[in-house]
Amino acid sequence: MIVTFDIIILVFLVIAAIISLSVKDLLAAAMVFGIYGFLICLLWAEMGAVDVAFTEATVGAGVSTVLIIATILNTRRRSTD
Amino acid sequence: MKAKIFASIAVTITGAILLYAVTDFPNFGDPRSPANAGVGGGSSSASLYYIENTYRDTKVPNLVTAILADYRGYDTLFETVVIFTAGMAIFAILRVLRNEDAPSAPDPESTNRTIDGDHHRIIVGITCRIAVPLVQIFALYVVAHGHHSPGGGFQGGVMLGASFILIALSGSLRDALARFSEASYIRLASLGILIYAGVAFLPLVFGRNFVDYGALRGLLGTEGEEMARSHGIFGVELGVAFTVMAVMFAIFANLSTRGRLKGGL
Repeated sequence: MIVTFDIIILVFLVIAAIISLSVKDLLAAAMVFGIYGFLICLLWAEMGAVDVAFTEATVGAGVSTVLIIATILNTRRRSTD
Repeated sequence: MKAKIFASIAVTITGAILLYAVTDFPNFGDPRSPANAGVGGGSSSASLYYIENTYRDTKVPNLVTAILADYRGYDTLFETVVIFTAGMAIFAILRVLRNEDAPSAPDPESTNRTIDGDHHRIIVGITCRIAVPLVQIFALYVVAHGHHSPGGGFQGGVMLGASFILIALSGSLRDALARFSEASYIRLASLGILIYAGVAFLPLVFGRNFVDYGALRGLLGTEGEEMARSHGIFGVELGVAFTVMAVMFAIFANLSTRGRLKGGL
């Protein structure tokens, strides 16, 4: 049962990573990166590392997404490559 | 295009090597792995010592907090200093201290840039005004209750900083800076380091080692050295929370306004 949970999270993790790398809209990439951080947080919580999961939820999914968006707002929104 | 092909080849090779290395790892949660059982599975290991003795030594049920703030106090002290340095580096690189911009530039306060261009933000504003105190109370709980439950100074500090970022995002950066000004976040970031280093330094006065909080027993009036260590951990967590909160907000304020602290998101 817990293995199923693991596999679901890992599949979504890979999908989120690929989307956040490939999407042209930087704002969308930042949001998907936040989702990626939250999925890693779930994975850590499931492995029993609750303190690390808490840190990841606050820093990875929370503040760093906001910081990335704040930086994007000072750049052009779409990537050219 | 050529660069992309080379990059993907490099990434594939590195990934293959990493996957190959993973097969040498012990199984997840294996009690006989070197980290859990010591080298060779025989000698007693550090982690076994922590699991068996942390509560007896420090009266702190949360192993992670006890290890981070007490057994590995040096580590956490300099991690906090790293965060402080990062904040000061961003301040030094980005902050524009000249008051006037180029004369032709429009006043940043009047061009109210937002993500979606929507100026009617009543619902978002009111919701965030209700949410911010709840976030801050929960953050204080996380800081103070880090001994017993997951959390501690770092997580609580990030949440406190995030609550001020929420004010800046839902209202304007000016509102957030009215509550948490530049002078106060710089002071608070330094104060956090000072609290941590001060609590860590005090045992030296009593002739004990650095970060050996057990020596604070007489000062704190606790029954045993264990409770003194527990209180020492709390003092240290408080310092971490101050520094992290101030630095998180400082980074956001400087990044979102290119160091002008005007306008912003």
